[in-house]
Amino acid sequence: MSRDVSITLQNTQEGAAITEAILADNEGAVRRDFPAMIKIDRASRLVIKASSVSDRLGRQWDPQEVHLSLISLSGSIDEDDDSLTLFWR
Amino acid sequence: MTIDIKSEEITPRRQTFSHIARRFGTDKPASRYEEATFDVQPKVNFHYRPTYAPEFELFDSARTKIAMKDWYVFKDPRQFYYATYNINRAAMQQRFDSALEFVEKRALLNALKPRQRQKIAFYLIPLRHFEWAANMNSQLVADWAYGTQIASAAAFAGADRLGIAQLISRIALAMGEGGDELLVRGKTQWMTRPEWQPLRRLVEDVLIVRDWFETFIAQYVMDGIVYPVVYESFDRQAPSALSLVTGFMRDWFADHSRWTELVIKVAAAENADNREVFSKWCAQWLPRAAEAMRRLAKTVLGESGDAAPTEAEAALRARLKTLGVSVL
Repeated sequence: MSRDVSITLQNTQEGAAITEAILADNEGAVRRDFPAMIKIDRASRLVIKASSVSDRLGRQWDPQEVHLSLISLSGSIDEDDDSLTLFWR
Repeated sequence: MTIDIKSEEITPRRQTFSHIARRFGTDKPASRYEEATFDVQPKVNFHYRPTYAPEFELFDSARTKIAMKDWYVFKDPRQFYYATYNINRAAMQQRFDSALEFVEKRALLNALKPRQRQKIAFYLIPLRHFEWAANMNSQLVADWAYGTQIASAAAFAGADRLGIAQLISRIALAMGEGGDELLVRGKTQWMTRPEWQPLRRLVEDVLIVRDWFETFIAQYVMDGIVYPVVYESFDRQAPSALSLVTGFMRDWFADHSRWTELVIKVAAAENADNREVFSKWCAQWLPRAAEAMRRLAKTVLGESGDAAPTEAEAALRARLKTLGVSVL
């Protein structure tokens, strides 16, 4: 059985860049727009690659910076210097 | 009684400016950088021509031999607009400040042997004038370049160069314990010492180039020799206290090169004529830049010192090749 993981981000410049990166790197991820928020769902696993976000922002982006844009998330987290992954065991 | 709180979503009629939506073909939210740079260049309805160059319009893509179908393909990889530029450079400046404070508190530069101190002053401080000329060149590019993307990045680069000139001045003041004698001597050395004259001559020749893209290339080529030779080769034999305070220049050059090399790569990929013009310009300026540094390198590094500019030249040729420009 696969459950959805999800991440909800603020609708800001950085949030938009992270969203774009997620949608490009995770096939089948679904974006839903709310006032001032963007929620992204995907079955069982979702990866945010630091390199993809950095390319879109034009500067080095650290996965820890996700907290500056983060509203909510669901799933277990695996984070290192290069990526942040949400998944269900 | 129960109260139901409902949220109502009000969707904006459009997500971005119409000209941005037209450019990207969709009405999706654009980044600040995109909104600040795409299709901002004035193109029509110029009332009069510049009195100093009546053959051109006020903004004219014919000011350079380089031809582009679309001038909005030079997206700055760093995406600098006012805010991002200032945030980035303020952080770099702070790193320089704390490095200089560290060095000053421990009097590391004053503790140098007089010969060593003289040598550093001789090769570093006259570069203020090189940086000032680089500022003039960048501002010329910002003034005459067509398409906002190159112009705005060039204006930022110009500000960077003035900043670097100031950092060199501050290093000189730190070395002179607050006195200006090293700055004054630096100017005299730039004007009169035979080791500096080839570079000064080159810099002054580039100042009067009137094709802005040629100015851009000539500056790229000069930087591509001067920066590795001074801030890598000269630095290696200087005491590490100096490397601490010239860290800004190395970081800045790496950052700056991301933009300059993208510009060259994109324009070279556009058509064969551009590549040919680039090759011609590089062939004209690159050997002169390497030659200009030889005598200085010999004085600083000793008899075998002229290997440094030769290596920098070879590295730059290889770099240009990867950007699509072969230099004969």
